[in-house]
Amino acid sequence: MSIPTASSNASLRASLHGLPGVDRVGADARAAGLGTRSIKTSAKRQAIDMAISMVDLTTLEGADTRGKVRAMCAKAVHPDPTDPTVPKVAAVCVYPDLVAEARDVVGSSGVKVASVATAFPSGRSSLEVKVADTAMAVAAGADEIDMVIDRGAFLSGDYLKVFEEIQAIKEACGEAHLKVILETGELATYDNVRRASWLAMMAGGDFIKTSTGKVQPAATLPVTLVMLEAVRDFRDREGRMVGVKPAGGIRTTKDAIKMLVLVNETAGPDWLDPDWFRLGASSVLNDLLMQRQKLTTGRYAGPDYFTLD
Amino acid sequence: MSERLSVRKTYKLYIGGAFPRSESGRSYAVTGAKGEFLANASKASRKDVRDAVTAARKAFAGWSAATAYNRGQILYRIAEMLEGRRAQFVSEVAEADGVSGKKAGELVDAAVDRLVWYAGWSDKISSLRGSSNPVAGPYFNLSTPEPTGVVGIVAPPMGPLFGLVSVIAPVIVTGNTCVVIASERAPLPSITLAEVLATSDLPGGVVNILTGSAGEMAPWLAGHMDVNGIDLTGADAELAQKCEELAAENLKRVLRPNGKTDWAADPGTGRMTAFLETKTVWHPIGI
Repeated sequence: MSIPTASSNASLRASLHGLPGVDRVGADARAAGLGTRSIKTSAKRQAIDMAISMVDLTTLEGADTRGKVRAMCAKAVHPDPTDPTVPKVAAVCVYPDLVAEARDVVGSSGVKVASVATAFPSGRSSLEVKVADTAMAVAAGADEIDMVIDRGAFLSGDYLKVFEEIQAIKEACGEAHLKVILETGELATYDNVRRASWLAMMAGGDFIKTSTGKVQPAATLPVTLVMLEAVRDFRDREGRMVGVKPAGGIRTTKDAIKMLVLVNETAGPDWLDPDWFRLGASSVLNDLLMQRQKLTTGRYAGPDYFTLD
Repeated sequence: MSERLSVRKTYKLYIGGAFPRSESGRSYAVTGAKGEFLANASKASRKDVRDAVTAARKAFAGWSAATAYNRGQILYRIAEMLEGRRAQFVSEVAEADGVSGKKAGELVDAAVDRLVWYAGWSDKISSLRGSSNPVAGPYFNLSTPEPTGVVGIVAPPMGPLFGLVSVIAPVIVTGNTCVVIASERAPLPSITLAEVLATSDLPGGVVNILTGSAGEMAPWLAGHMDVNGIDLTGADAELAQKCEELAAENLKRVLRPNGKTDWAADPGTGRMTAFLETKTVWHPIGI
């Protein structure tokens, strides 16, 4: 399959429906099997530090305040103020109007500022509004834009609309990286997840992301597996590497480590890097820190000694 | 017709209102007072301790916020359920302690009475421990007792039922939740007690019971940063000292009784007050 110029719905449809189907039972079993790997002691220590450095620390609530965002950004730069050996997280993820606030706190620490855009989380607005939303976030200093696709258009087979929308947003991003949220919880089948992944990559997305975090189920292991296969196959065919970001529902260190195993075994170790794999989450960070402290001190840690967020 | 096969009970752990096997898959043989085999019990590991603490922490918000009246009613309910299974407990206690049926019956009755006694304290302890304090200023100053949080309990090795009830009831009646390491020698009545707790409207996770080696598990409990207090009644001197040192890291409340406890004696309020904290409120008046 070559990248079409997306001249028509028909050509896109032909490409996407020409992809091999996903064996649902096989994907579930493969993901469950990889989830049973036992990662202990020094390997666990490495995995925890890697997972921390891949976290996109996220707050996407209507009740977000400037103060909350500032506190979260401070935590992103120094996840555990009592232990300077803890790596900083990859990025913070906020709504567009709070990007400037986040930018101000993270400064030159190396933590990136990501912003959701394009009428997040539903994506129900006109293209003009979505482009303006994106431009506003970029102008405020966002390094990365997390856009949502129009699931209604995708599910009704209007692939061209989705394709052109992603292209338009990519253009509005300029230098900023574009993450395309597929919202897999609304796509119904793994076949659709594979097609949406390819569509997003063909249209120029730098990352494909599972979910907004507002819909259940969110980042399940099999869905992440299908997306990791898609980026692996896409690089083989087109020579361009695309990142993956599972988001939503990753709450424990165990969940995070299962994801890392999945990356290594599916896409390969090239993706085990914060530039190519991210974990969209908030509560998982405290659990990672608690597990890390358990390995350091030899006693089980308690949530009383970590920030509430 | 062939002879019916006996249906024997599998003794498991009690964590978060469920009866899981040990995460480690281990078990050990439990013998009666005369050395005869009774059953296999789960041998819990440090990860079961961790899971039990997580369950206890999760249950704490709801249980500590329940009204004292409600907590008292639930303790009465436990006593009722225990009474209803009296015959089973009498035979288990007799086997474990090697005492006569009559003596075992007295011990079970004493356990029921002890529960009822503590149930009555639920709405009275705050009158005993709370106070209205005279202060030199225009304030109404009020102190009230509050539960400490998650309490680890090393249950006494003797008195598998009466001793166990006597250490659990005072901890939970005030609103704490607990993780109990049952008597290693005689753990079977503790799991039967867990069946009683599970059917007494007691929310899952308020009491978690682990069977196995106290020497192995207690230090993990004592060192756990999310445990707020520890009762070392059942720990021997060496273990108790080790646990006390570990407990210092996050300033746990430690209850370490001097010498042998006489369970038959009037227990007093000491076991309740050991795991209470005092909250004092200053309220301005005359403004």
